[in-house]
This record gives sequence, C-alpha cells and structure tokens, in this order.
Amino acid sequence: MAEVRLEAIARECRVQILRMLAHAGSGHPGGSLSVIDILTTIYFGRLRHDPTRPDWPERDRVVLSKGHAVPALYSVLAKAGYFPEKQLITLRKLGSPLQGHPDRTMLPGIEAATGSLGQGLSISLGLALGLKLSGSAARVYCVLGDGEIQEGQIWEAAMSAPKLGQPGHPLDNLVAILDYNKIQLDNFVTKILDLEPVLTKWQSFGWPVVEIDGHDIAQIVKALDHAEATRGVPTFVVAHTVKGKGVSFMENDPEWHGKAPKPAEAIAGIREILGVTEGGWEDYLKTDSATRAIVDELGTLGKK
Amino acid sequence: MPAKASRAAFGEALLELGARDERIVTLDADLSKSTMTVSFAKKFPGRAFNLGIAESNMVGVAAGLALTGKIPFACSFACFVVGRFETIRISVAYTNANVKIVGTHSGIAIGEDGYSQMGLEDIACIRALPNIGIIQPADELETRQVIAHAVEHQGPLYLRLTRQNLEPVCPPDYRFQLGRWLVLRRGHDVTLIGTGGTVFNCLEAAKLLEKDGITADVINAACIKPLDDETLVRSVGRTGHVVTVEDHSIAGGLGGAVAETLADVLPMPLKRLGVQGFGESGDAKGLYAKHGLDPAGIAASVKKFLNR
Repeated sequence: MAEVRLEAIARECRVQILRMLAHAGSGHPGGSLSVIDILTTIYFGRLRHDPTRPDWPERDRVVLSKGHAVPALYSVLAKAGYFPEKQLITLRKLGSPLQGHPDRTMLPGIEAATGSLGQGLSISLGLALGLKLSGSAARVYCVLGDGEIQEGQIWEAAMSAPKLGQPGHPLDNLVAILDYNKIQLDNFVTKILDLEPVLTKWQSFGWPVVEIDGHDIAQIVKALDHAEATRGVPTFVVAHTVKGKGVSFMENDPEWHGKAPKPAEAIAGIREILGVTEGGWEDYLKTDSATRAIVDELGTLGKK
Repeated sequence: MPAKASRAAFGEALLELGARDERIVTLDADLSKSTMTVSFAKKFPGRAFNLGIAESNMVGVAAGLALTGKIPFACSFACFVVGRFETIRISVAYTNANVKIVGTHSGIAIGEDGYSQMGLEDIACIRALPNIGIIQPADELETRQVIAHAVEHQGPLYLRLTRQNLEPVCPPDYRFQLGRWLVLRRGHDVTLIGTGGTVFNCLEAAKLLEKDGITADVINAACIKPLDDETLVRSVGRTGHVVTVEDHSIAGGLGGAVAETLADVLPMPLKRLGVQGFGESGDAKGLYAKHGLDPAGIAASVKKFLNR
C-alpha cells in the first residue's frame, strides 16, 4: 500500500522533472529520472524532517552528491513543501534559488553544495560523524552517481568511512546509495572507465553492500531498513537503475544525459510517464486538470 | 617572549580553547606531529581525527562536521591542503561551511625539504574564493589571538602558519581584529608591509634604512583578506611609496592584493618582494638572501626603488 503511494509521488515528480527541464531549456533529465524513485522513497518513506524548519538540528540529512540530478531533488523538495511547486519552472533562471546545481546558501532544504563530482560522500561522513558526536539519532543519506565514483576523493572517503569515529562513534547512521544507471556524460560507463566489480570493491573497503533494483520501491525500503538495522559500519547500496527511466526515447541513451527536452518532447514524455496512449491523451487530459495545466503551459512555451 | 613557530603557538592555543569549547575538533592528514595538533589529539582523543594521507576527504569531512555545528580545524602543510582547491571551493567556500583550514609550513623558510613541501601559491588560490578570509599571524602572541578569533568567527577561514620560529613583533597589549592591520613603526619615506614571517625582517630592514636616512612605516598585514584598506591608504598616502614583502609567490599574494587595492583607489609606486619561480632546497637563511627577503635584501630593494 505504501509502495503504491510512493510510486504515485514518483510519477508526479517525473512529470515535474520534464516540466522544469523544458522550461529551463537545459539540464540533466537522464540521471534525474534514474534517481527519482530513490529520492522519493527517502523523502516520503523514511526521512525525519520538517519542511517548515529546514534547519531543525535533529533532521535527517540528504546529500545529493550527483548534483546534476538536482531537478529530481527540487521536485521532491517542492512536493514535501519546502517551496511552492510553481517555483519549479524558475530552474536555472537568473535570480532563482533553484540553481543548475545545488546551492545550500540559496535554497533551504539543500544540505551542501554539490555538482563538482566526488565531494558529497566526504561531506556525508562529516555530517554523520558530527551527528554522532552530538548524540543525535539523525541519519545521513548520500546519493552517488556511477560515473561520479570514478573520482579519487570518493575512494578516500570509502576507505575512511568504516573506520572513522570508531570505536565510540561509528558511522552506522550513514547510508550511501549508488544510482547505477550505467551511463555517464560521454558514453556508457563500461566504455569510459568500468566500475566493475563494484560490489566487491566497496565490500573490500569494509562496507556491507546491498544490491537492489533502484526502481523497485519495496526493494529500496528494504535496503534502507537493512542499513538502519546495521550497527558499527555505514552501509552501501548498489541500486541498479535505468537512465531516463519512464520515458522510452530517453531510456539508456547517453544523449539524454545532459540535454533538456523540447516542450513537445516533454509533453510526449509526460504522457508516457502517466501511462496514457497517444489516442487517449486528449480524453485523459479532460480528467486531470493539474496535468492539463502543465501541458498547456508547455504548449505555450513551445510557441514562443 | 622567546621566538616561537606559529604552528607551535597554534597547537598550544588549540589545547586551551579546546578545553573551554567542546565544539572544537581537529582533522589531520598524517601530519599532526608537524601541524602541532598532536597534543590536542592526546588530550581530546575523541575530538581529533586523523584521516590519513587523503586531504580532499579531510576537507570534505571538515565541511560536514561544520554543518552539524562543530568547529573543525582541518590541518596540513599549506601546499597539500590548499592543493585540494576544488574541494575547498565547493565543499567549504560555496557551501559556506564554518571550517578553519590551517596550512603550516608556508614559504621557502621551510628550507631543506624543497619546493614540493613549500606553500607558495596558497594565498593566491584562496584569495580568489568568495567567503573565505585569509589570516597569517606574525608571532606567538598574534597567533594565539588569531586562533581564538577563528573559533568565534562564523564562516570559513584560511590560517597560514610557519614552521620556523618567529621573533615577537606585536606589543603586549595588541588585540587582533579581522581586517585591521597593525602599524609597528612610523616613518616618512616608504610603507613596508610584511605578513607572517617577513614582518620581523621588515622591522630589521627599517632599522638598516634609518642609518641611511630613510624612514619607513612598517605594517604587519596579518589579514590578507579582507585587507585593511583604510590603514593602507592612510600610510601610503603619506609616504608615497609602498613595498610588500612576503614568503609566497610574487603572483597573487599580499603584494597582488595591495596592488589591486591601490590600483583602484590610490595608484602609487609599488614594489613587490616575494618568491620568483619555484622554491628549492637549501638553508632558510640562504634562501631568504637569494630571494631578497632578508633584512639586507629588503633594505637594498627599498633603496633601489626609492632611487637612493
């Protein structure tokens, strides 16, 4: 039952991702669509937070280390109530707190500036350690990209995390989740710098590793349960995902790493996400005024 | 007060401050015996973290700790920690994390270890970043005050410290203030501005110059960012000539900061003394003489600059 609710939220967020990217005219749809089920599950299935008090000291922390997927994060933050959903279409516009990559100082709810890849795991270690030292029960969720873990700093952090804070303050309040969508900017990960065997790499660094389907919400929940029950060490989750998940023409295509959909493409994608046939689309829109408004707005944008 | 290295004064100050403020934590990258945080680690083992030879991770972990309200001092040699510039740029400066980055072993004064261990471009790098202040204390007294200030100051700072002993230069009643320079000596002909280890040499150079009838304002520029443009303009407006002296690359350091400021508000004849090119192995005294940063070298440059 809970999964059905989370799946519905993830669908709404996917629609918002396409919407805001089309309005921005630039950005990263592929990795936003691959990570959205993970972020949805964290924010609406686990997170102890209060959008009205984004600086509440006892809140759980989320660090989106793969900062280019920030449209996915903005969509869940808006849905959770950190800011109005209408603000989503200011993404990447001059003066907007919705920067092209996360800016902690401009938008409440962002825990750290990321986007320069490889830095978020170290920050997450520091957050987890600081919370432990302060006696807080809050947890830290760090979301990594697959291309991102080619960065050397990731492996410095990977080597450090199972040992840092021991014995009194082990970082078992930390879970790192790899959005393993198999594609990076230039090409497939295997063609640029293969990560395999990625599970045994993290295991050999001292992390318990859980392998899941990153689009199966029940599996994500179970992995996060497992992490929370693990004592003494942080947990690493390898989430196999599909880049561009939910939009057929974006799926598994490196071209859609960093290219925004045109308004007509965004509308076609939204229809697919909602599972409506081309023939049934007009009739469907008569029954869904929220989507109708988004589609009309995109239609106007396409005529500009 | 006997001469003391600012890294040593830092280690002692941290012990005292750490006893009063539990938020203070230290991070090191296998150089805690050299950065002098080792006594803090012995006294407060639960608050000292040695991250191994992995400075990028150290800087990032410090940022995370700061975001939970801790006051982390992330320490290594100046060149190694500032060498992780991109992590400082995003995880500390852009995130505006309250991290105190401590770079010891600044300049050619470290001597025999040679160029790869010398912090010579660190000021130039950090100067380019918004949000982070740069402070380089000149003696033990000032170092203790700067460390206490760093604990109170909300926001990231870069603290540049020396391996070599520093002779006392500040008066006993001196009180450090961010963005304020200290005029140590008054003169009429030239403004001599030093920072960190070169302040004492500027004072000695001023004594040599006085014998030749040249009197100098000598300024201790502990704050390189923000610099004290009020004191700078007041002094240079009076003397008409300015010479900066630093154990740092001639490009982008104190001299660069002073040149940029004066070019904007009060263009004046300016001579920058610093390190040209790479450093090299050798004894510190010999290196200072080679680069003209010893009292005789400074005095000679000033005379040439003033055509006297």
